[in-house]
Amino acid sequence: MALKTETMVLNMGPQHPSTHGVLRLELEIEGELILSVKPHIGYLHRCFEKHAEAMTYPQVIPYTDRLDYLAAMGNNFGYVVAVEKLLGIQIPERVEYIRIIMAELQRIASHLVAIATNGADIGALTPFLYLFRDREYILSLFEMTCGARMLYNYMWIGGVSHDIHPDFVRKTKEFIIHFRPTIVELNNLLTFNKIFIERTANIGVLPVDTAINFGASGPVLRGSGLQFDVRKEDPYSIYNRFDFEIPTGKGLVGTVGDCWDRYYVRVLEMEQSLRIIEQAIDKIPDGDVHSAIPKRIKPPKGTVYSRVENPRGELGYFIISDGNLNPFRVKVRAPSFVNLELMGELCKGHLVADVIAILGSLDIVLGEIDR
Amino acid sequence: MYQFLYDLIGNEILAGLLVAVVPLTIILVFALFGIWLERKVSAHMQDRLGPMRTGWHGWLQTVADLMKMLQKEDIIATDADKTLYNIAPVLVFTGSFAAYAVIPFSSKLLGSEVEIGLFYVIAISSLVVAGILMAGWSANNKYSLLGAMRAAAQIISYEIPTALIVLSMVMFTGTLSLDKISQMQTSSFWNWNIFGGAIFGLSKFLLIPFMIVGALIIFTSTLAEVNRVPFDIPEAESELVAGYFTEYCGMKWGMFMLAEYGNMFAVSAIISILFLGGYQSPIGYLGNSIGTQWLVPFEQGFWFIAKGLALVFVQMWLRWTLPRLRVDQLMTVCWKYLIPFAFINLIIIGIISLI
Repeated sequence: MALKTETMVLNMGPQHPSTHGVLRLELEIEGELILSVKPHIGYLHRCFEKHAEAMTYPQVIPYTDRLDYLAAMGNNFGYVVAVEKLLGIQIPERVEYIRIIMAELQRIASHLVAIATNGADIGALTPFLYLFRDREYILSLFEMTCGARMLYNYMWIGGVSHDIHPDFVRKTKEFIIHFRPTIVELNNLLTFNKIFIERTANIGVLPVDTAINFGASGPVLRGSGLQFDVRKEDPYSIYNRFDFEIPTGKGLVGTVGDCWDRYYVRVLEMEQSLRIIEQAIDKIPDGDVHSAIPKRIKPPKGTVYSRVENPRGELGYFIISDGNLNPFRVKVRAPSFVNLELMGELCKGHLVADVIAILGSLDIVLGEIDR
Repeated sequence: MYQFLYDLIGNEILAGLLVAVVPLTIILVFALFGIWLERKVSAHMQDRLGPMRTGWHGWLQTVADLMKMLQKEDIIATDADKTLYNIAPVLVFTGSFAAYAVIPFSSKLLGSEVEIGLFYVIAISSLVVAGILMAGWSANNKYSLLGAMRAAAQIISYEIPTALIVLSMVMFTGTLSLDKISQMQTSSFWNWNIFGGAIFGLSKFLLIPFMIVGALIIFTSTLAEVNRVPFDIPEAESELVAGYFTEYCGMKWGMFMLAEYGNMFAVSAIISILFLGGYQSPIGYLGNSIGTQWLVPFEQGFWFIAKGLALVFVQMWLRWTLPRLRVDQLMTVCWKYLIPFAFINLIIIGIISLI
């Protein structure tokens, strides 16, 4: 007589140590084997897009901070680039350079969190604290510049809120000198650790065509081997002046597009960001960062879509203006939202422990998924 | 120890209770110290300081935490199986505590001189599995259940390589008594079992590599038996919240914690008895050389605890360095590598001991 068996439904989250916020994953499991994964979102919904309709254009900026709260500079950047495109204003050189340096520092800080939490989910707690220690350097650079450590409200339409501190250039150079060896240390401690490779190589393999079909972007897409980066493909600001590479997943220890590739792309991207900062830091021209800020921001009727490369992928802002002081509609294309949909695809046939590794490698931020 | 106390007091029950108090005190003090040590070791490995405010370098922090745990409300989920739920922590704690009964801390401080000490330790520590399964099942929580299933599979699997290595040492020494095994490795570290024991000739040198392999295997497998990283999947906090003790709180949770630290020291003690000379000093005794014989047992106690703590420190060191394995990889390590190697090791040690 056949034994009657049934599958178990396990609700992972919204209160769970490693769902990176308030995400609920509905796992259907048979023993430890995953049959299906359904992400449930919406626990952090704050009506950003509706709020934006009631605000004037500059008033929206603090709200964009709270989308991807680990990369607030990038969100600011995307929004102001979109509005400036709508207004058609020219930005001083100094502002462009400062913005790029800030955005790249933010990319490093954000990738540090991504790598650290990915490792911590797999059980490596010491690299987690090492990386947060290094992130602290970047946060203090931001604090020195605009007084905030997490939600900056730094980039304004046509400029930035504060000019850089006199010590900023020196401190940033110190940070670069300090940070290069820690990447090597990270590689020794975690990236090429045998157990870490066992846990992430050949896990959650994402073929490049699936990635494109799902609309994945950022390190998730590049981990699958496609060389796509908005900074190169559709350069905004002054990214076309800098020399940097787009690292992609090569399947160094497993298959192309596995968790380890997505992880390693982030490590390599930090080095590229350092390169951009190095090139930009000495060339910051003199000037006034407030000179191009318009007195009254009232864009003409029209629509604009502008995208930037945020640490988590392609962040797009679609803004409709009806000629008033406040936008008629602001739609955000959040990279984490798109990347999260891959969960169901990636987790099939893996074990419960792999769900955590895969989720960590997708590096989601619930703030921008739920908005 | 028992005999000494019996002669002193003249009452069997009272003497027995007093003998039992000694290991209980040691396990409690060690658990307090172990948790503090774990915090400090992890903190210093991670560029932090750890607890600093309560007492000198925070040594009172664990005491304060224990006080807090004792005062906490005891919450039991409505759907939990209350009987099993309440028995489980006691059983786990008993399993780890009872092993101390036969561990010789020095030649004079030995709870009970059981001839089959090693056998007893392996048998009594299996109680822990039953307790863990009970905890996971009775809590009626899916995470607990998954954790308990993982724990049962893991602990039972890893008992095999442990038992195989223990068997090879029993074969080599010819006794199951932990005290006798310790006595054999006397006078110098060169006589420790890891260096081929107190025998002379070619076979000693032939034994050394296999003894080292055996020590490494038993260290790895006992690491898995006490659920430490990289084998801590039953309580993997990033996957299963806290594994089998997710639903526990207050002192019941505290008992799981005490049992874990008790187990850590117990397995370290067993390894140090089997391979590292137990309570024997590596360099001879001060008491013998200056003619004060009463000092010797105290020195032995010092060496025993020092060796145990050194091994505990290695366990902590690994914990704060390595990531965690997955369930299937854990089983692969056990069945594909540790067991065959332990088995071959057993045969080779057997053959060498014969010649």
